[in-house]
This record gives sequence, structure tokens and C-alpha cells, in this order.
Amino acid sequence: MSKAILYDSTVCIDCKLCEKACAERNKLPYNDAVSAEEVMSAHKLTFVMNRNDKFMRRLCMNCQDPTCASVCPVGALRKTAAGPVVYDESRCIGCRYCMLACPFGVPKYEWSKLLPRVRKCDMCADRIAAGRPTACAEACPTGATKFGERDELIAEARGRIAKAPGQYVDHIYGLEEVGGTSVLLLSSIPFAGFGLRAPNEPLPILTYRVLSELPEVVSVGGLLMGGIWWITNRRSEVADAEAGDRPAEKGGKSK
Amino acid sequence: MSLPKPTFWKAVMAILFLGGAYATVLRFTQGLGAATHLSDAFPWGLWIGFDVLCGVMLAAGGFTLTAAVYIFHLERFRPIIRPAVLTAFLGYALVVVALMFDLGRPYRIWHPLVMWNPRSVMFEVAWCVTLYTLVLALEFAPMVFERLRLGALLRLQRAISIPLVILGVLLSTLHQSSLGSLYLIVPDKLHPLWYSSLLPVFFFISAICVGLAMIIFESYMSAKAFGKQLELPLLISLGRVLLVLLGVYAVLRFEDLYRRGALGYLRHPGYESDLFFVEVGLGLLLPIALLMKRRVRESMGGLYMAAVLVVLGFVTNRLNVSITGMETSAGLHYIPKWTEIAVTGSIVAAGFAIFGLATKYLPVFPPGPAAPAAAPSLPFRAEQPAAAVGVSHVRA
Repeated sequence: MSKAILYDSTVCIDCKLCEKACAERNKLPYNDAVSAEEVMSAHKLTFVMNRNDKFMRRLCMNCQDPTCASVCPVGALRKTAAGPVVYDESRCIGCRYCMLACPFGVPKYEWSKLLPRVRKCDMCADRIAAGRPTACAEACPTGATKFGERDELIAEARGRIAKAPGQYVDHIYGLEEVGGTSVLLLSSIPFAGFGLRAPNEPLPILTYRVLSELPEVVSVGGLLMGGIWWITNRRSEVADAEAGDRPAEKGGKSK
Repeated sequence: MSLPKPTFWKAVMAILFLGGAYATVLRFTQGLGAATHLSDAFPWGLWIGFDVLCGVMLAAGGFTLTAAVYIFHLERFRPIIRPAVLTAFLGYALVVVALMFDLGRPYRIWHPLVMWNPRSVMFEVAWCVTLYTLVLALEFAPMVFERLRLGALLRLQRAISIPLVILGVLLSTLHQSSLGSLYLIVPDKLHPLWYSSLLPVFFFISAICVGLAMIIFESYMSAKAFGKQLELPLLISLGRVLLVLLGVYAVLRFEDLYRRGALGYLRHPGYESDLFFVEVGLGLLLPIALLMKRRVRESMGGLYMAAVLVVLGFVTNRLNVSITGMETSAGLHYIPKWTEIAVTGSIVAAGFAIFGLATKYLPVFPPGPAAPAAAPSLPFRAEQPAAAVGVSHVRA
């Protein structure tokens, strides 16, 4: 079964312990300066956003049908059965198409390094494989970030909204967005207020629709051009023969 | 009609190459962050927008003309095949050079050939560009074989030329359009004036337009620089085809804007709509107006002007798709760092220099009188397509 993270912003107290735990797990520096940065970057893979004392955690959504994995020319990004979207640094050529394509603007680049990597949250894939929760969920003191089975977390999110309908907008962000994500968000104010927008359809179909025409273009196009060449070539052969050796060609044509 | 002053151009090139050399050192010792104004919010800049997207587009004359001559037997165009193939081969080689600058890990440029992801447009582009560069090398090879008098290799090349041309046209159709498909994945990031499900179609048609325009442009420049020029009637024919294709593109483009309800964006003056008008004015409206005038269409100067406008207009189009249209969603204005411009400028200058050298030392242009194209006897000779005569005989 696929794992997921449920973040409930109404329980969040903006203590940023998730940020700290994430930095430790990814061996990234964490101090007051980093803590003050309200933006994802190659050295900060998650952050808590504060909009007029309404909080929202941002991290890789670990999509069910990830755009980044579909666009990567070398398959460096991959959705695992357990839920995380993982990055294999040894394949990456650094084309940065994943950064362009991600609808959530998640993948970040090590611009200052000579041999840069793409950096993003991978939902602690190694910890999940070892049967442990993600570092952020383990560190969260209030239960705002909760780790578990995706199906169970969806049921729980529905339950929380049903129990306190005035407290939440009636929307589980990540249930439908881009075909569903492994990170689910609950909020008391509309998600657009945090800059969170996304279509409900998975994006990879947009390019796949065109790519799937490729065999037809090659087979029909190849045959068509070969056929046109055959006809035009025959025509110019006939023309040459008529121009140079008219009687022979006429004899050939009389059958 | 005098040659451009060689000393002036040499000085320009020297400055460009010096800047380019500094930028190259910076790029490969300090990284992309130091050498570019790229950022997490704006990961693709001038090197992708111009060097790759425009570079591949400007090289499209190669597949257009090889198809016309080899597949459709439009023999009249045979004399201009070689400059078109040379331009294409140079263009693709320089695109690969530009990619070595832009890729974060350039030494892994071969990875897509062994690490497959068939769902990725970039994967398909990587394969097509690799294969097509090989095809172009083989199509270019006869110029070298001829020069070195390697008759056996020349005959071998001739034997495979038809399948080679068909392969080249297929690969070009795929990746010229796929460069547009790259942007299908960003429906919410690319401005509605440019985001369309027809992007691959637009990229394909405009590539052919620019390919034709480049052949006219090169012919004019070659005449000035080397006293070698293609026959005017040929270029007039190209101009006619160009006019028709521009018309088709314009109708598709505006119909698409109308259907998507994006025409409304043009009523609000602003950054995007201004650059849209630059693109459409330069690339479509002006050249269509010019080419519709018979006097303009049938003069070298008029054709040259229309060709330059088409090239500028569609270069603007590629930059609008890759840069202008992506800025609002990124929340910033991307202005390339001077080192980015220096690298791009050096690559373009290298292209011109190598083209010049090649036309000097290789049999690129047909031998014979380098007479001005306006000579009255020349049009007459070219307007006698042997095939047409032959066809009428067959019917009789």
C-alpha cells in the first residue's frame, strides 16, 4: 500500500521542527537564518509558510503520476510503489526540465556547485523502506504532520472536516490535484491564498498524447515519402528516356 | 556591393570570442550560478531559448530542401541543397556545443541514449537530434569526399541517399515539432498568448518557414561575401512557398487564439502583448504584405528583406515561448547575464566563420559563372524543368 503525509494546518503552531528534522535527515545546515527563509531551495526542502498567522507547509507533493518523472529524459526521477518520488543523482544530466515542468515548483538546483544536483523532498524513502515514518512527521509535536497509509489518511481527513466543518475549507488538497498526490493538505482558508493551485488532471497526458503519435508519424510518413519518391522517380525516368531515347520508350509503353 | 570590411568584422569576432572565452572559463570553473542569471524560478534561459530552440529552427532548411529535391524530384532546387545541408549540419553541431554549456552535467550528455524514458519529450528530442546530426553528417560528407576525390565513398553515399533523406525528414518532423511539445507540460506557466495544444504544429510549420527564409538569406549574404549566388528564379519560387506557408501559419495562429479566447489579452497593452505584436509584425504581417507585392517578391532585395523579417519574427516567437511567456508565472524578469550573451554570440560567430571557410574550401555552391542573378539569360534556363517537358510527352 502507498504511504502518504497528511498536513493539517489548523493544528500547526509554526514551530518549524519539521524544517529542522528535514535538514538533519538531508544533512543540510539549519540555523536562524535558514529558519527565516520562507522559500524552498536546494538547501531547504520544506518550509512552513505564514500568511497572517495562517500556516501552510510546503514540500514535494510526491504526486501519484509525477510530472517531473514523466519529463525526465533519463528516468532520474521515479515514483516508487511505497509513495515517494525519488531522484537518482547518478543518472541526472542537469537539463532542469523537471524544474520547468513541476506544477508545484518543487525541484530546486544547486546553482553554485560545479557538479550540481536537483534537490527535493523524497518523503524519506529510505526511512519508509525501513518501516519508519518520515523525519518531519516524527518531529511534529502537535500531529499537524502525520504519516500513514494514504487511504487511511484520506478517511481521517474526511472525518476531521465532517467533525468541524466550520474549521476547514471543504477540500482535501492532493486528493484530486494533478491526479492525486502522496501529500495531503487541510486548511482553514482557501488554498489559493497560499499560492496553491493545480488542475485536477495529471499533466503527463498532455505530452504523452503527442508522443503516442510517434509510431504513426514514422510508419505512415516513411511509407508516404517512399511512395512519393517511387512515383516521382519513375516519372523522371520516363521523362529522361523520352528525351534521350524516344523510340525505345514508346515501344515499352505500347505493351 | 563591396565586401564588408574584413578588418571590422574580424575585430567584432575577436571581441566576441574573447568575451566567450572568459564566459566559458567562468561557466566551467564556477558553475551555472556564476555564469548565468538562471535561478530556481527561471531554470531555462537564453541558451535554451536561443541556442537550442532557435538554432534547431534556423537549421530547418536542410530537411525541407532535401525532401523537395530527393523525394519530390523538384530538380530545380538541387543547386541549393548543399548550402542548406551545410547550414543544417553546422546548426546542429552548434546546438550540441550550446547544450554542453547549458547542461548541469555536460559529460553525461549521452545518458538519454542508454537510460530510456519514452514518456519524456526531452528523451525523444535527444534521440532525434543525435540521429539527425548523424544523418546530416552523412548528407554533408559528399562535399568532403568530392573535394578529396574519394570516388568510392561518394558512390556509397549516393546509394544510401534516398533512405537517408527519408530518415532525415522523419527525424526533423518529429523533433522540430517536439521542441514545441516540450512546453505542452506547462499549461499554467506559459502565457495564454503562447500556450496552445497546437504548439508542436506551430513549431513545425514555422521551422519550415524559417528554413526557407534562411536559404534566401544565405544566398544573398554569400553573393556579397563570396560573389557566389543562387539563381533568382529559384529564390522567387522559394519566396512563393514561403508566402503560402506564412499565410497558413497566420490563419492557424489567429484561429487558435480566437478559439482559446486568448485574443482578449491583446486588448490590454503590456509586456506580453507588446512582444506578441513584435513577433507577429516581424514574422507574419510585414513579410506577408511584402511578399504579396509582385515587385518585391521578384526582386533579390525584396526577398532578402522578407527573409530577414521572417527569421527575426520567429526568433522572437521562440524567445517569447521560452522566456517572455514564462516570466509572469515565475514572478520575475529574466535578463541574461552578459556571459550568457557572450557564449551565444561566440557560437553564432563561429557558425558564420565556419560557414565562410566551408564555402571557400568545399564545393558548396555549384561551379560556374558567379554572375549576378539579374542576368536575363539565367531565369530562362531555370524555367525549363525537364520533368514538365517529359510529362507532356507522356500524355501525348
